[in-house]
Amino acid sequence: MATPSPPKYRLLGRRIPYIEGPLKVTGRAEYTDDIQRPGMLVGRLLRSPWPHARLRSIDVSAARALPGVYAVLTGERYPTPFGVLPITHDETAIAVDKSRYIGDIIAAVAATDERTAEQAISLIRVDAEPLPEYSDPRMGTSKVGEPIHARGLLGTNIQKEVVQHFGNVDAAFAHAAHTVRVRGNFAGVTHAFTEPLATIAEATPDGRLTVWSATQVPHYLHRSLSEVLGIPMHRIRVIKPEVGGGFGGKSDPLPHEIVCAALSLETGRPVKILIDREDVFYTNHGRHPTQNDVRVATDSEGNILAYDIDALIDGGAWSSFGTVTTYYNGVLAMGPYRVPNFRYRGRRVYTTKPPSGAMRAHGGTNIRYSVELALDMIAEAAGIDPFDLRTRNALPPNSTTVNEFRITSTSFLKCLAAAREKSGWDAKFRKLPYGRGVGLGCGFYISGSNSPIHFTPKMPQSTVHLKVDMDGGIAVHSMQADIGQGSNTLLAMIVAEVLGVDLERVHVQRVDSDVSPIDLGSYSSRVTFMMGNAARAAAEQLRSKLVAAAARQLGRTPDALEVVHERIQEKGHPDVGVSFLAALHGAMETEGALTASGSYNTSPVGGSFKGARAGTAPAYSFAAYVAETEVDVETGEYHVSKIWAAFDCGRALNRLAVEGQIEGSIHMGLGQVMGESMNYRGSRLFNPSLLEYKIPMPQQMPDVEILLVGDDDPEGPFGAKEAGEGPLIATLPSIGNSLYDAVGVRFTDLPITPDKVLKGIDQRRREGRAWKGN
Amino acid sequence: MSSPDPLRFRLNGHPLEVGCESPRILLDLLRDDLGLTGTKRGCDLGTCGCCTVLVDGRPTLSCLTLARLAEGHDVTTIEGVTPPNGLSPIQRAFVELGATQCGFCTPGFIVTATALLRDSPHPGREEIERAISGNLCRCTGYRKIVEAIEAAGRETL
Repeated sequence: MATPSPPKYRLLGRRIPYIEGPLKVTGRAEYTDDIQRPGMLVGRLLRSPWPHARLRSIDVSAARALPGVYAVLTGERYPTPFGVLPITHDETAIAVDKSRYIGDIIAAVAATDERTAEQAISLIRVDAEPLPEYSDPRMGTSKVGEPIHARGLLGTNIQKEVVQHFGNVDAAFAHAAHTVRVRGNFAGVTHAFTEPLATIAEATPDGRLTVWSATQVPHYLHRSLSEVLGIPMHRIRVIKPEVGGGFGGKSDPLPHEIVCAALSLETGRPVKILIDREDVFYTNHGRHPTQNDVRVATDSEGNILAYDIDALIDGGAWSSFGTVTTYYNGVLAMGPYRVPNFRYRGRRVYTTKPPSGAMRAHGGTNIRYSVELALDMIAEAAGIDPFDLRTRNALPPNSTTVNEFRITSTSFLKCLAAAREKSGWDAKFRKLPYGRGVGLGCGFYISGSNSPIHFTPKMPQSTVHLKVDMDGGIAVHSMQADIGQGSNTLLAMIVAEVLGVDLERVHVQRVDSDVSPIDLGSYSSRVTFMMGNAARAAAEQLRSKLVAAAARQLGRTPDALEVVHERIQEKGHPDVGVSFLAALHGAMETEGALTASGSYNTSPVGGSFKGARAGTAPAYSFAAYVAETEVDVETGEYHVSKIWAAFDCGRALNRLAVEGQIEGSIHMGLGQVMGESMNYRGSRLFNPSLLEYKIPMPQQMPDVEILLVGDDDPEGPFGAKEAGEGPLIATLPSIGNSLYDAVGVRFTDLPITPDKVLKGIDQRRREGRAWKGN
Repeated sequence: MSSPDPLRFRLNGHPLEVGCESPRILLDLLRDDLGLTGTKRGCDLGTCGCCTVLVDGRPTLSCLTLARLAEGHDVTTIEGVTPPNGLSPIQRAFVELGATQCGFCTPGFIVTATALLRDSPHPGREEIERAISGNLCRCTGYRKIVEAIEAAGRETL
């Protein structure tokens, strides 16, 4: 029997509990709303009751006159437009001239207490002229009477149109043996993070402004505050306390954050704004409601010949990340497969509804659902097993896609093999009794974006600073944003791994723009890859200094030494060595406290055509999930009993965190399938609460068997890739396809509620098309 | 505005008298007046469970409870279920098994689980799922939470 090889790393690859866990389980972790400042005022917002209206006048005199009111702000005070993408600045902190959705901020108040602030809000009189409501993107694709934004394409409400064509799609379809078309409607869904939005701002007499905020991207907030308020960035200090979940919903700079800062500037006092749960729903920035039209062509063996995709995307009132969304709905539809011919038209259209934005697996979720259903339909038509179909179309490692994405590592074939074997697929597919089924869904996602927002190509995407003083504690600074995914813990693990020290020596500092070097924050699944590489670079620098000092102390050359647990010693002579602390103190004799700075930047990849950089990433994750589902054919209710989740995140650096990301992703994907939906009547959201917008209960969660099969990525830190968003994508089509196997009905729209299931079953019966003998 | 009347109750085992206006909500009293910020405000509508405290040992949504109703009763918050040094077995299990991610819902779950394990020291999976069905978590998919409560139950054998 072969002896197992010793683990390659001391900490990495293990299950390491979150370093801030003890604070979180005792209620001692500090979130924005837990912070009190002396003399702090309460900020409140007046929100628009109109879907679309011209603001003729706003009378704030009675509100201003109310005792206890310190400031009342309207839009013209800080009218500079902002937005998360530099090319689409179409938001203002407070509405100027027009309000564009029910919930748009029209005015803001700072007062001594909640009651006074609310009373002041109620005293503001707005004279508004209602304008046409555009609640559906189809209403805005041609010239409209009153465009929601002046920047809409040629007098329409189209915010962004993307047209791409690679190869020759029409020729491919003309020669295809099998073609399918899937049209799908996807309701909007929202993040439903548990910590509501919250911001505190404090302008001080030294001319500085400090802002604490529940944000995923402190750096973008920092920039936006500077742009809108007209204060240089170095006079603004952004602090990120603990953040209670984000999932994309805290990644835009949000208007209330700027309003809070503006109120503090006006009053010279600290101001807190809490956004209550209802207004969190109106703030939204969730997954775009989408109408997809997907056609797929294959040859007789099931080899994909072409995709032809049209996506109509409901943007809501603002651009947000929408230009990226519009590209992603096309370009992220291809991987994990080889697609030689590809045509895409995507249109994101403004509507008079709460803004859509980035939500976990942004731009890659709805389109993936349609594509994976289409592949299942082709497999059925061609008489090919769904696994075999995907296997023969898998993107090979070290290849280039038709739109010039660079693919390096992929363990997609291993994902397929693991999911097939562990799920017992071959004994179950089309063989389970009527009402029970299995389905396969696959996924593909970026591991960070090569083309990040506010990217100055010569500046790194992530920087990590380390400082060690004589106590042997290692302070780690970086603007990466832990929002619950465990990036602080990973940062500490990487530093401790490289330096050979105990994890408890490493102190990850709270994000504070005064001392944290820039990292672009938690979005696009970039943190592990980019921060991880930066942390490794910083720690390796520090290690060189320690090894050099130990070499001097031991009278050896540095390359004769190795770093082991809390010690530096001679290779092959473990008795010749010094402790970590002794080496540290030796190094400090010459240079004082040790510091190091490491950074990471993406290398330029991708084509040179317009939009070529959208979706380019230094690496991609891959997934193959099998869902097993039981349908109650009398009620239409169903239960996903198990999901086998085979995922390629390269090397999983903290297995506990990776499992948590996959289980949480499955929960979120399950919600979008089973019932989560932003329900509108016209432009009015009518389920803005966690009672009416239901996320899955514990009883609805399937058993999850996680299969981490990824090989090391060549550029990821220690071989790692992302595991934060990709794990969501495959969940949805695996369930959708399992429902087909169970009852023979294709559900192309999400969510799939029991009434739809029942209707589908009834229709199939009425048509006399038996399924599994029923 | 009525002048605050004294409110007497036991908070985390200690008798307390505070001024409290009649409409004051227990969550506001705990967080804003008494500085016990471990109890979280997630929805103000009784839908998320982040504000769960124990009133006479029973899990109670403090955002839906008038502070007045605590008169003469025992209120226990996350601060009260935490040992003075270190963690309770439930808290330890949550940390070690990855049952906390963003952590915002966690105090509510810990308080709920504390009451469950007191009444039913070795609960099964279904019993745990029933007990926590008033607490929402968006990060974990609940699996590690259920595992942690199960494990904490086994530890108290």
